[in-house]
Amino acid sequence: MANPLRSEVFRLYKNLLYLSREYPKGGDYFRDRLRAAFARNKAVEDPKQIKALIARGEYMARELEALYHLRKYRAMKKRYYED
Amino acid sequence: KCPRVSPVVTLCYCFVSPQIRVKPDNTGVVTDGVKHSMNPFCEIAVEEAVKLKEKKLIKEVVAVSCGPQQSQETIRTALAMGADRGIHVDVSGKDYENLGPLQVSKILAALAKQEDAQLILLGKQAIDDDCNQTGQMTAALLDWPQGTFASEVSLEGDKINLVREIDGGLEHIKINTPAVITADLRLNTPRYATLPNIMKAKKKKIATVKPADLGVDLTSRLEVLKVEEPPQREAGMKVETVEDLVVKLKEAGRV
Repeated sequence: MANPLRSEVFRLYKNLLYLSREYPKGGDYFRDRLRAAFARNKAVEDPKQIKALIARGEYMARELEALYHLRKYRAMKKRYYED
Repeated sequence: KCPRVSPVVTLCYCFVSPQIRVKPDNTGVVTDGVKHSMNPFCEIAVEEAVKLKEKKLIKEVVAVSCGPQQSQETIRTALAMGADRGIHVDVSGKDYENLGPLQVSKILAALAKQEDAQLILLGKQAIDDDCNQTGQMTAALLDWPQGTFASEVSLEGDKINLVREIDGGLEHIKINTPAVITADLRLNTPRYATLPNIMKAKKKKIATVKPADLGVDLTSRLEVLKVEEPPQREAGMKVETVEDLVVKLKEAGRV
């Protein structure tokens, strides 16, 4: 396995695990799918492909951050502001 | 010329769970085992401070939280978002139960003098007690101008331009520094404290202080008499005609 990319993959996995704690459907739900997704791509060797998959994982992380922010923003707006 | 201000950002460590139970003895709300984290409005305040630092308008961001040992987690989150160092004011047990805006603002005023802060940023209110008083009281104790419900902040020389969200619309004001600013919802979008940033933030320092060291008296002037749940919503009734409605209203004594 390509060594420098290995640590990047691990970092991505840990980051997504950390983000999974607040997932609305439950951290376990997200974690199972996360593990399955990483296991599915275990055999990929081509560094370009690995980089593309990592980029997709980072996109997921940004989507989760946006989800959490929107959820909090909407809750605050609903609670404190009359529209 | 941009001022070298060093702001102090205060964070509330409050409970954010949607399920809240009143204690059996009606003295308060159950907080043991309830998920606590940073007050959303305080997150916005931290983000604003970090943004000002990134624009090189201020020197250093100090994150402050008052509470038990667990409130250090809130400070860690602020450090992960970009604060430089943290101060944890250790208040626990009975003192923590009585900790209200007056006590926190006394602590903040003492810290501001000690740290020679030029700007204090807070969330406009905590979502667990909804007091909306700490910022205002702090400004009064320090005799500093205050910009509350800020939805836009810009520094201009040694003055601050602020847009405030008020009931009538938006108010533009200009205040001198040093000042206290409380953040409203639309001030900015707080960044998420990602795991790599949290790891990096472990190297940043959190100093622990006791209120007595700051010369602050924590006795509360308030006494909680009773806490109870809101009345259960009763089922509605359907009526056939307008006459029926009037009869029912008269029966209920509403007309």
